[in-house]
Amino acid sequence: MTPPKRQRRHPTDQPPPQPAAPPGVKKNPERLFVVAGKDGAERAELDLVTLIVASADPPPSAAPEQAALLRLCTTPLSVAELSAYLNLPFSAMTVLLTDLLTADLVTARAPLVRQSVADRSLLEAVMHGLQRL
Amino acid sequence: MDFKGSDTIPGPRTEDQLPHTAEAAVKIVIVGGFGVGKTTMVGSVSEIRPLTTEETMTQAGIGVDDNFGSDSKTATTVAMDFGRISITDQLVLYLFGTPGQERFWFLWNGLFEGALGAVVLIDTRRLEVSFDVIGRLEERGVPFVVAVNSFPDGPRYPIEDLRTALDLDPEIPIVECDARRRASSRDVLMTLMRFLHSLAMSGALR
Ligand SMILES: Nc1nc2c(ncn2[C@@H]2O[C@H](COP(=O)(O)OP(=O)(O)OP(=O)(O)O)[C@@H](O)[C@H]2O)c(=O)[nH]1
Ligand SMILES: [Mg+2]
Repeated sequence: MTPPKRQRRHPTDQPPPQPAAPPGVKKNPERLFVVAGKDGAERAELDLVTLIVASADPPPSAAPEQAALLRLCTTPLSVAELSAYLNLPFSAMTVLLTDLLTADLVTARAPLVRQSVADRSLLEAVMHGLQRL
Repeated sequence: MDFKGSDTIPGPRTEDQLPHTAEAAVKIVIVGGFGVGKTTMVGSVSEIRPLTTEETMTQAGIGVDDNFGSDSKTATTVAMDFGRISITDQLVLYLFGTPGQERFWFLWNGLFEGALGAVVLIDTRRLEVSFDVIGRLEERGVPFVVAVNSFPDGPRYPIEDLRTALDLDPEIPIVECDARRRASSRDVLMTLMRFLHSLAMSGALR
């Protein structure tokens, strides 16, 4: 029996991957700059795997969902996990987190993203971690 | 959702909390057609019970693409399962099981571009559903390996026939797996990492 046959495609012009800080290097918190979204609203540049950590207890003025989020991330949690636990879509999470980042109630730890020349020591660290599974 | 009762919002179990030293995360995307075993693979290697993140999209956001009925205000919910593996006290790996239909990928900004790489899960009963996914990854320059999930009633092709059918270069790994088994899923991820490592090595020589 012969399987169906695919037609190969080639890279199209892509914006270059974002630069990433090498592991172990302290990342500049300013990397998470707040940008204006398509609707004109300001949004923090957040990835599904940006790690969020609360830097303060919920202030009395905090909205219920803000307080809930701050209680969840007393230890680091990714935006994806927060979205799952709070049952909020990713886009709603970025709005909520932008407010909390602006108010200095949380800090964000940017992910390490693939670079054109991937960091070999990062790849090796992941391999060692997987081997222990 | 009622946040006033937020004491009842389930968070991570104590043993699932990341240490404060966790300073960065990386991600790998597991992509494939409907029912190919994405959730199963995420679950078999994850250290936490797999979680789901959702995004809703209104009809307007879909653009010219249709298939969502004639109702003008239809909202579509697109869900993505994910799991987590702690690599070191500083580094965390997240695995996302993503539906193959490319029209949903934009919902999660930078999902593929920021990922280390991707695993394309294929089911030999419906090989064609993976063609578009593989093409999209090629266009975006996302490195990937192919994992053939062995379903008992699926046709079994020799790997080299699959390579010809999928039109993949010899260096792109194609491996068989059983997504239900942790060791097998782990081996798929290791195959991807070794492939990425070899790309990094050759890139460094350029
Ligand atoms: N025999 C066999 N069955 C599998 C394997 N992986 C998954 N299955 C079964 O296939 C079915 C679908 O698996 P899922 O993991 O839900 O697939 P999925 O890709 O997440 O599906 P959708 O999210 O609905 O697109 C389940 O009943 C699994 O138990 C495998 O490696 N071998
Ligand atoms: Mg699934």
